Amino acid sequence: MSRPEEILPPDLFYNDTEARKYTTSSRIQNIQASMTHRALSLLSLPAPSLVLDIGCGSGLSGDILSSVSPADGGPHTWIGLDISASMLAQALDRDATIDGDLLLADMGQGVPFRAGSFDAAVSISAIQWLCQAETSDDVPQARLRCFFDGLYASLRRGGRAVCQFYPANDAQREMISAAAVRAGFGAGILEDDPGTKNAKLYLVLTVGGGDMEGSNGGNGDITGVVKGMEGVDVEDSRRKRERAVGGKRGRLAPERTKGSKAWIVRKKEQMERKGKVVKANSKYTGRKRKIAF
Amino acid sequence: MKLLTLNFLTCARKACKTSAASFPLHPRDAELEQIEVDLNPLFIQNVLPRVEWDALKSLSSELGLPNLPDQCPDAAELTSDDEPSQTLKDLHTLLLETTIQSGKLVCGNCGHEYAIKEGIANFLLPSHLV
Repeated sequence: MSRPEEILPPDLFYNDTEARKYTTSSRIQNIQASMTHRALSLLSLPAPSLVLDIGCGSGLSGDILSSVSPADGGPHTWIGLDISASMLAQALDRDATIDGDLLLADMGQGVPFRAGSFDAAVSISAIQWLCQAETSDDVPQARLRCFFDGLYASLRRGGRAVCQFYPANDAQREMISAAAVRAGFGAGILEDDPGTKNAKLYLVLTVGGGDMEGSNGGNGDITGVVKGMEGVDVEDSRRKRERAVGGKRGRLAPERTKGSKAWIVRKKEQMERKGKVVKANSKYTGRKRKIAF
Repeated sequence: MKLLTLNFLTCARKACKTSAASFPLHPRDAELEQIEVDLNPLFIQNVLPRVEWDALKSLSSELGLPNLPDQCPDAAELTSDDEPSQTLKDLHTLLLETTIQSGKLVCGNCGHEYAIKEGIANFLLPSHLV
């Protein structure tokens, strides 16, 4: 079954029938609700805030934002953006009156708010749509950049954004994270249930560090967002580069970079000195192999 | 479309990003509607420092609503003995309960008109205007 974004552009895919199916499906409602709650826990908003909901659709996540209890820092006032008129129409048609303001807009064209407007932003299952090039004028990288730049500007200093998204592959995931980092965000990806079919990815973005108003004074690091959260392992891919730069000459000798041919040869010599059986060196030693399968 | 949202919305065109006239957007042929919303004093206190008071004043006069004081009320005026004051309730009515159901929003810089239908503003730009 192909992904929705490979079939049609979002404003055409979510036509009236599809919008109604999406909104009335209890399975979708439950999944969206749990993802919104997860996003809210990552945002940890201390007081009723102005929140931007990107790709709000028929307001499934917006309803949850409006019904956060005062004990949890709610209820929040939200403004939602969506590209599909049918989904927004569904939002108006639903039984409960919608509390947030709705805007028919394309997030790839930017975020049309003045600087520092929002306390926070959420996006549930929306930003992977930016990776598709719908017309010959579209460049996904440009749209991603435009979106993240606009989002960065519209958040106040110390604000956070959490975007749950479904990347089709690692390339899309990298494209999205890179665009966010280039826009100036502190960025990290939280993966729930990694490796399973139900793995959910949350792009956590901070404006000006992760823990700026945190109780421990904040080290300005994105990992501050998940500090204290149970069951979260932090994999910091930045640490590798730091160690490399710490060397005397600022660059590691070839024998020290793991996996390089010089390192392999050195290790083979070590093993031979120990008395182990080692294959002779040849032109094939440590050669990069092309993985056919 | 609450009036609070209008205090944050700007023109979506990139050409208007650097111009000061692109905020605030000016309503034309606006039909207003009052919707009841629960009073949330903490929210008003949180958002009031970010509200552009001059833009709110001009918006209020353009819509024919009663004139606002020249200065934005500061935090002390919002509560009297831990009870929400009349100022706070008035701000609540103006910002969160007064909504534009239909009309147009016009950019002061480029003149582009964004239509509002059933309270939803259309900010989709054709590709030649992005």
